[in-house]
Amino acid sequence: MNALLNPIRRLGALSINAIWRLGFISRFFVAILLNSGQSLLRFRLTIREVYFAGVLSLIIIIVSGLFVGMVLGLQGYNTLARFGSADALGALVALSLLRELGPVLAALLFASRSGSAMTAEIGLMKATEQLEAMSVMAVNPIARVVAPRFWAGVISMPILAALFNVMGILGGYLVGVEMIGLDAGTFWSQMQNNVDLHYDVVNGLIKSLFFGMAVTLVAVFEGYDATPTAAGVSSATTRTVVTSALVILALDFVLTAFMF
Amino acid sequence: MKRSTIDLWVGLFVAIGIAAVTFLSLKVANLTPQSGSDTYTLTADFDNIGGLKVKAPVKSSGVVVGRVTKIELDTKRYVARATLTLDKQYQFSRDTSAEILTAGLLGEQYIGLVQGGDPDNLASGDSISLTSSALVLEQLIGKFMTSFAEKGSQDAPAKTE
Repeated sequence: MNALLNPIRRLGALSINAIWRLGFISRFFVAILLNSGQSLLRFRLTIREVYFAGVLSLIIIIVSGLFVGMVLGLQGYNTLARFGSADALGALVALSLLRELGPVLAALLFASRSGSAMTAEIGLMKATEQLEAMSVMAVNPIARVVAPRFWAGVISMPILAALFNVMGILGGYLVGVEMIGLDAGTFWSQMQNNVDLHYDVVNGLIKSLFFGMAVTLVAVFEGYDATPTAAGVSSATTRTVVTSALVILALDFVLTAFMF
Repeated sequence: MKRSTIDLWVGLFVAIGIAAVTFLSLKVANLTPQSGSDTYTLTADFDNIGGLKVKAPVKSSGVVVGRVTKIELDTKRYVARATLTLDKQYQFSRDTSAEILTAGLLGEQYIGLVQGGDPDNLASGDSISLTSSALVLEQLIGKFMTSFAEKGSQDAPAKTE
């Protein structure tokens, strides 16, 4: 009998745990919003985190953006040339970057570079009982540690995504115009005729804003929720990257369905 | 790390972000602020605009002279009214004709303007009266089919005689 019931029990426990975590992360989000007054008033705390989350991600974003744009240029040219419309390469590169690849890839990179670092940092603070020490000193750890990191992520993400887009478009330009030899004027004018400021550029930035909120929320939550041991911090870091990636891609589908 | 160094880097970071967004809006999305003083608007009524869209180019001899800014249905006469915003440096005579053309076989549709001979120019808000509609492929095939069928029915009795 037990052999029959145990798998069902395990399924039940898994579902309850999943729902419990969902509820916890929602309440945690509300707690961050309620406690973010201090991080916005003492903005220096947030600026420090923007440095660690945003500025230190610049290199990876710039290099990956350039290479993604160059690959798009090569692949797009090969496919478009088959239909005799290689002129549309500029539009193809710009639209695919602005609408999808820029926000999504920048968010994935941000999650693996900065999100994991946030989780590890907060998790280690918890493991070494720094968070409890703060509570003892009547300093709210959510206001002092979590909220500045959250807002830093929300600020950094659109900037990184915009930079990713620019580098990608430059990469597409390098391959399409400098290497393959398309006409530079056609490249830019096709792009300008087909890209709409509100519809493509602004919607892409709104997307990256949502991704920034989702990634940093997952990262700080996993850190705060980590089992305070070395193994616990390590598994929390892994969970941050996996969960953020899934959340980004699912959220991307929902946002795309609403926007375009 | 010193506070001032962090501030410098974050300042640079935000500046790069602003520059990136500016580049995207100006160079990529081509947000050239066409102020009202440099443009004027004309309207043109078409029986059928086919696949013409807002922001489609208006060309004269292949040169882009403006854009379609509004398309609406005139509910009195049931014709499509396109509003064209043209660059002020391009003036057209009163008997200019407008036609809807297609770039390439399957390309985007645009409005072509052909300059007339009237010495007076169109002023802002005027309407272009000489227009020809878009070629709709289905109608073209339909006409071809009916003319084909008519030809066939004319031939048929000749054979029975």
